[in-house]
Amino acid sequence: MTNGRYGEYGGQYISETLMNELIYLEEQYNHFMNDPDFVDELNTLLKEYAGRPSLLYYAKRMTEDLGGAKIYLKREDLNHTGAHKINNVLGQVLLAKKMGKSRVIAETGAGQHGVATATAAALLDMECEVFMGEVDTKRQALNVYRMELLGAKVHSVKSGTKTLKDAVNDAFRDWIANVHTTNYVIGSTMGPHPFPQIVRDFQSVISAEARQQILEKEGKLPTAVVACVGGGSNAMGAFFNFIDDEEVELIGCEAGGKGVDTPYNAAALTNGQIGIFHGMKSIFNQGEYGQIAPVYSISAGLDYPGVGPEHAYLRDSGRAKYVPINDEEAVEAFEYLSKMEGIIPAIESAHAVAHAMKIAPEMDKNDIIIICLSGRGDKDVKSIADYRGVDLGE
Amino acid sequence: MSRIPNAFKNGTAFIGFLTAGDPTTEKTVEYILAMEEAGCDLIEIGIPFSDPMAEGVVIQDANVRALKHSTTTDDVFEIVKEVRQKTDIPLVFLTYINPVFFYGYEEFFKKCSEYGIDGIISPDLPYEEKGEIADIAARNDVDVISLIAPTSKERIQKIAGDATGFIYVVSSLGVTGMRSEIKTDLNAIISDIRDVTDLPVAVGFGINTPEQASDISKISDGVIVGSAIVKIIEKYGEDATDELKKYVADMKNACLR
Repeated sequence: MTNGRYGEYGGQYISETLMNELIYLEEQYNHFMNDPDFVDELNTLLKEYAGRPSLLYYAKRMTEDLGGAKIYLKREDLNHTGAHKINNVLGQVLLAKKMGKSRVIAETGAGQHGVATATAAALLDMECEVFMGEVDTKRQALNVYRMELLGAKVHSVKSGTKTLKDAVNDAFRDWIANVHTTNYVIGSTMGPHPFPQIVRDFQSVISAEARQQILEKEGKLPTAVVACVGGGSNAMGAFFNFIDDEEVELIGCEAGGKGVDTPYNAAALTNGQIGIFHGMKSIFNQGEYGQIAPVYSISAGLDYPGVGPEHAYLRDSGRAKYVPINDEEAVEAFEYLSKMEGIIPAIESAHAVAHAMKIAPEMDKNDIIIICLSGRGDKDVKSIADYRGVDLGE
Repeated sequence: MSRIPNAFKNGTAFIGFLTAGDPTTEKTVEYILAMEEAGCDLIEIGIPFSDPMAEGVVIQDANVRALKHSTTTDDVFEIVKEVRQKTDIPLVFLTYINPVFFYGYEEFFKKCSEYGIDGIISPDLPYEEKGEIADIAARNDVDVISLIAPTSKERIQKIAGDATGFIYVVSSLGVTGMRSEIKTDLNAIISDIRDVTDLPVAVGFGINTPEQASDISKISDGVIVGSAIVKIIEKYGEDATDELKKYVADMKNACLR
């Protein structure tokens, strides 16, 4: 029992109205995770519906081209709905159903978590409403329609910066009003306890599989695991089962946007300060007097002014390190992986690919890098074309 | 010494809220004094925050207006300083915890004490996290006002048992904002609280009409109104003094009915 704390980070900084519900959620979560029937049902869904285990793919051409460490991709992009988000959502929506809730709500940035939640809600016959910043509904219009096709209602959030943090605000506001019928299916390792733990646990399947797969393929552990970090769910999932393997380097890639020395980035662990927001004590991008700063990234999924508390702790303890990757580097990696391996990565995941491209050539041929390819990039094709000045004639 | 007990000496207290810096810091000073003159017994001053998660649209917009011209925590302290030169009315801050954390707890509460703030209400600091500020606030004679919600149930005992100043009962589920009807069984909650503490109990969230104020004043020691006041400021901008006075006088009268 961590009491919801990761060092000084974490906690439950939230309205009194929600406190009993969070306590109940934690009880129910612990109960069902110890219930073999629940675990069986979830594992069956992960296998038969989401398509797990995901592949650990040896990127041979990329490895040869970069001329250093051997590169493996953990193919979360091949999951149903095209990203790692489904791992967490199947767990949380199934839990909500078992808890007797009739409705789930979610926030979404890029739309991947919203689509995953809408999908699980359709499958498990739950009402679903998704909160999405107005800016994001425009840059990810296809995902809005996708959620609607799946039967969800999408709220375009017009407050504040109209992006992910504001979607989280409105999701909490909805939950406070509808706490008896509704579970908030939070999309990342963030928010008040027990959410960071629940999401990490459900995502830790990524590293549980990857660890076993690399041992089978290579007979040894990787030198480094690289993942992108917004709130940090795919990274926590990719890191978790390697944390005790001290020889494995864990590297999180934040959104450097137009540069960490400009105001246009979302690199909380590079530029942020300790604060208390969205239910947790963690690291946040803040302006003067502790106002939460507007952040920017080409990637809607990394466009969040903070990071989950366990990442803040892993950074402070030195167990993981975090580096910023700017838009241009991410776009180049997006194009590189597409041409080199025939895999179009999500622009979020491309941040991790970009860092691997930097470090692989400096490493030995005996070294191994696992990149968590957290999602596929179909959703990003239009915004990358825009970035490159290509007119798609739409 | 905290001035908060004074608020409950004149029948059921009427407690008004406004956001500091909306529409300007000068007007906030003027509006606080006007509200006092019209019968307000205690005033909650909101420190503007970029992400007021527990607020409905009306108070969210007030935060946006106040931050548009960069109202800072130091500006809010200046408002308090000016108000304090003219009145002894009990004053409490309504603030999300991050601006306080960022300012530095020691520095913040020292200033509260120096400038004459009697209490702090933080909507994102539940009982479990009260330790963040409890000792420092106590050392500086600032009451940490506890919130109790319709969902608090068995938590009432520990929250009320540990409370200082007054108890803030949240009337309804959801965020702040005017409601036509309050469905919660407030009687039951307030009676549970009274079993544990002798502190005054005030009810807020949703109250906006004199009828509601009158009903609630029969079961509580105080009526808290935020959004309806902020709405008047939104509508009348820099010329809201007369309307505020009229509204506050009506509401205070209703509290005494």
